[in-house]
Amino acid sequence: MQAVASLNTNKHRQTVFAKLKSWLARPVQLGGVLCLTCLVAGCSKSSWNNPYPASESGKNIIYSAFRERPKHLDPAQSYSSNEYTFIGEIYEPILQYNYLKRPYQLEPLTATQIPHPVYYDANGKQLPDNAVLDQIAYSLYTIHIKPGILYQPHPAFAKDAKGNYLYHHLSDTELTHIYRLSDFSHTGTRELTAADYVYQIKRLASPRLHSPIFGLMSEYIVGLADYAKTLQQAYKQLGGDEDQSVYLDLTKYPLDGVKQIDRYTYQIKVKGKYPQLLYWLAMPFFAPMPKEADIFYSQLGLQQRNITLDWYPVGTGAYMLTENNPNRRMVLSRNPNYHEDEYPSQGSPEDKKEGLLADAGKKLPFIDEAIFSLEKEDIPYWNKFMQGYYDASGISSDTFDKAISFSQTGNAQLSEDLKQRHIHLLTTVQPTTIYLGFNMLDPVVGGYDEKHRKLRQAISIAIDYEQYIAIFVNGRGIPAFSPIPPGIFGFRKGEAGINPYVYEWHNDKAERKSIAQAQQLLAEAGYPDGISAQTGKPLLINFDTAASGSDSKAWFDWLRKQFDKIHVQLNIRNTDYNRFQDKMSKGNAQLFNWGWNADYPDPENFLFLLYGPNSKVSSQGENAANYSNPEYDRLFVQMKNMGDTPQRQAIIDKMLALLQRDAPWVWGFHPEAYTLYHDWLKNVKPNLMAQNTLKYRRIDPKERQQYRKKWNHPVLWPLWILLLIVAISLLPAIVTYRRKEHQAVVNRARED
Amino acid sequence: MFAYIIRRVLYAIPILIGVNILTFALFFMVNSPDDMARMQLGMKHVQQADIDKWKQERGYDKPLFINTKAKGMHVLTDTIFYNKSISLFAFHFGSADDGRDIGYDIRQRMGPSLSIAIPAFIVGLLVNITFALLLAFFRATYVDIWGVVLCVIMMSISGMFYIIGGQFLISKTLHLVPISGYGEFGWSSFKFIILPAIIGVISGFGSGARLYRTLFLEEIGKDYVRTARAKGLSELRVLFRHVLKNAMIPILTGVVVVIPSLFLGALLTESFFGIPGLGSYTIDAIRSQDFAIVRAMVFLGSVLYIVGLILTDISYTLVDPRIRLEE
Repeated sequence: MQAVASLNTNKHRQTVFAKLKSWLARPVQLGGVLCLTCLVAGCSKSSWNNPYPASESGKNIIYSAFRERPKHLDPAQSYSSNEYTFIGEIYEPILQYNYLKRPYQLEPLTATQIPHPVYYDANGKQLPDNAVLDQIAYSLYTIHIKPGILYQPHPAFAKDAKGNYLYHHLSDTELTHIYRLSDFSHTGTRELTAADYVYQIKRLASPRLHSPIFGLMSEYIVGLADYAKTLQQAYKQLGGDEDQSVYLDLTKYPLDGVKQIDRYTYQIKVKGKYPQLLYWLAMPFFAPMPKEADIFYSQLGLQQRNITLDWYPVGTGAYMLTENNPNRRMVLSRNPNYHEDEYPSQGSPEDKKEGLLADAGKKLPFIDEAIFSLEKEDIPYWNKFMQGYYDASGISSDTFDKAISFSQTGNAQLSEDLKQRHIHLLTTVQPTTIYLGFNMLDPVVGGYDEKHRKLRQAISIAIDYEQYIAIFVNGRGIPAFSPIPPGIFGFRKGEAGINPYVYEWHNDKAERKSIAQAQQLLAEAGYPDGISAQTGKPLLINFDTAASGSDSKAWFDWLRKQFDKIHVQLNIRNTDYNRFQDKMSKGNAQLFNWGWNADYPDPENFLFLLYGPNSKVSSQGENAANYSNPEYDRLFVQMKNMGDTPQRQAIIDKMLALLQRDAPWVWGFHPEAYTLYHDWLKNVKPNLMAQNTLKYRRIDPKERQQYRKKWNHPVLWPLWILLLIVAISLLPAIVTYRRKEHQAVVNRARED
Repeated sequence: MFAYIIRRVLYAIPILIGVNILTFALFFMVNSPDDMARMQLGMKHVQQADIDKWKQERGYDKPLFINTKAKGMHVLTDTIFYNKSISLFAFHFGSADDGRDIGYDIRQRMGPSLSIAIPAFIVGLLVNITFALLLAFFRATYVDIWGVVLCVIMMSISGMFYIIGGQFLISKTLHLVPISGYGEFGWSSFKFIILPAIIGVISGFGSGARLYRTLFLEEIGKDYVRTARAKGLSELRVLFRHVLKNAMIPILTGVVVVIPSLFLGALLTESFFGIPGLGSYTIDAIRSQDFAIVRAMVFLGSVLYIVGLILTDISYTLVDPRIRLEE
């Protein structure tokens, strides 16, 4: 009996083990497949963690990323830096910023020369260049463009043997297999003409588009405001309100202020004098638009497939958008039709020292392709940069401490890890001003009398922006003394540039005035120790903001502490952006935070933020503080139309003195951009005005390949250890199982 | 069964209308049409006239629910709610605020979402069930105790930790797979999918395995299991042939209902791994206040959830012959 039981037990044990074996064999088999896959991957040329195909290894490709998909790629609508990253390389306005020269200088791009305005009086009589402003009725800019410039290959230009456009009247059948622009089998090109520039300026007034500069430009370009009404009416007549596919031929509707003179020449007529127009002419708003593209993209079938001018640009620039998948990646490829263009030959001695003139006179562009991958989070972006899969990177606050250390003199320098990787750091102050504004219409903080000024000056002293920069932006910024940031004409360095109402000059540096001085000013303003001398109530200031997120709370606490220093209470009125905007436009805010990023490198673009007629409440302008000082306004008009001369500097000095005295803003700070780039990326110089810097960049793909290989060896031993741990932890379980099964059989045998 | 399904589909209509009303009300409580316009038009040089024009072009210049100036049925139909909602029932999602066709984007993004969700779902299910069976098999032993402890620990850790930790360990330190990104179809996409899929499995492991363990233990205590054991069946056979089969009904309740929702993707995972799926699409739409996309995704989510519930009911009849759907 026992023998039988033992036999049964053995049989059963064998069956159980066979089952267990097959059960365990499956994961082992899966693991084997996985290892095999890993081995196959390991045998391939690229590293395992290389996010790019092995076929791209060693190629002349630059890798970058975009955080959010661009909203508009139509040059008439686009106005964001993340959109300009793409369209700045594709569309070519007549002017561009010199890549190396500082201060920023305009130079011709597709124009033969920088246009020089000719002034006329109200009777159409030409005036001299130094004519008095009041006499100038309009300015005429005559623009000559270079002949022989070709558009990128594009299906909108494709023609059949008879010279008819192939894709301007697509039927449903022809559209069957069209999902993206690259699905068209034929492309064509044509020469850039002055008519294309005229066409684009007309598009700014199109009722179909929302050009953010239409309002501004209609104040200057003769007839543009009326032109918008004409187009609106024309669309209505054609049934464009209901039918999105209606094409309106803008060439049939003349615009008074913009005329084509000949194939390569056109004119822009501007009301009065507006020298800043040249800066606008260097922006994609004024890039050429071929009529063929507009006709092509107006087809309903293409619109239904998301193939629109807003998504597939067509230009003459060094690059063209060959892959447009904003959900994953965008690819700019070298435009085979790109015109003659050379790397700049002039630069500063520092540029020469940095090797930025090594490619002087060489043909542009250097890079064949630029691949922008969607990267929403900072951490993956940073890690990929450190692995060599992105060529350049900014520094987020999460990674700042890993990347940057400060020397004893306070200079930012790279951490040891980054130095060992031959990563370079570039810092540059941005043409941006972040500030706190007082609503000058407010009865408590506004007003222009001495008491109200002193109140604002006291608050300006109390808010320690040096501390703010250290705490909240990792030292990446400099305190502002006026709206004008460094690098813009009108900014003064040293003692001459400080705000004497907030700072004192000691030991060759600006030092913030003491809190005692702020308290003294506050007392003189009628609030001794923060208590109103009239009412006996503590002074309470409301701070309106749309800031949200976890960082905001720390900022609010810090801000409250600044006001506490002078015993003033701060009430934070945090609201959503729309309500904040509503308050601002109605003038219901008291203290608010705001910022401005330069459109162009001219002091007018900052000083207009405090020009009376631009008041937010009265004219929905950009003067959010509603500051209105007749003397300032008079000087602004005078300064606005001047060249960068000592006389202009003198006027700006006077304007800044008025602003510093009136203190409509707590001047805040100018942020500093930190850029990191790998050793293989060449010709890197921050140019915060230029939109087309990609064509100057050069890479050494071999060097990149070597570094990537060195930095990305797969590490496998932890996996083997993990497998071992799993196996060891399973062993006692198997033993327990065997014992349990054995016990069951023995029990059964006993029962039998 | 056919009549039952028809009835369930008809029940779905008021549910979807309710979901639409709720989404609409919640969205416009937080974001006004002016907000949406500002978000699209940018911050510089934007005037009220531009905002009004934007709203008019997209039909956001009408009243939200009731048009008091209109007459007859137009009181209800000449409103933002009616105009923006009615086309959804025909699955016409319209255009996003930036002009892109939502239906096209959904079709494009479904693939990447599924490429992660399906492996994570299937592997996760297998791992969870296997582990739960293992715990049930070794019930009341140290394996069971430590297994449950492991489950509790794993379900207590945030999903974000697994994502960041996984990226740090597997991609940054061991250099085994790319940190983020997405490849085209085929093998090139495999290396991008494996880590998010593993993280999907791990983050759902604790709760899943514990739930299934409870279900199995409940079944193990029943009479038919004792009978099976008395007949001399091995423990493995008892577990796989009897316990697993009978525990399928509660498992199916949780499993089948989520299958259609796999299309919707994983919000955080997709965002961190740069996967161009529907999860990140929804997150982006919420961030950019694009009501058209939010509304379409919520509607789609509701439809898929209802489909999931119907499929669950049908699957009951397949796994349990005792259940019949009422005619």
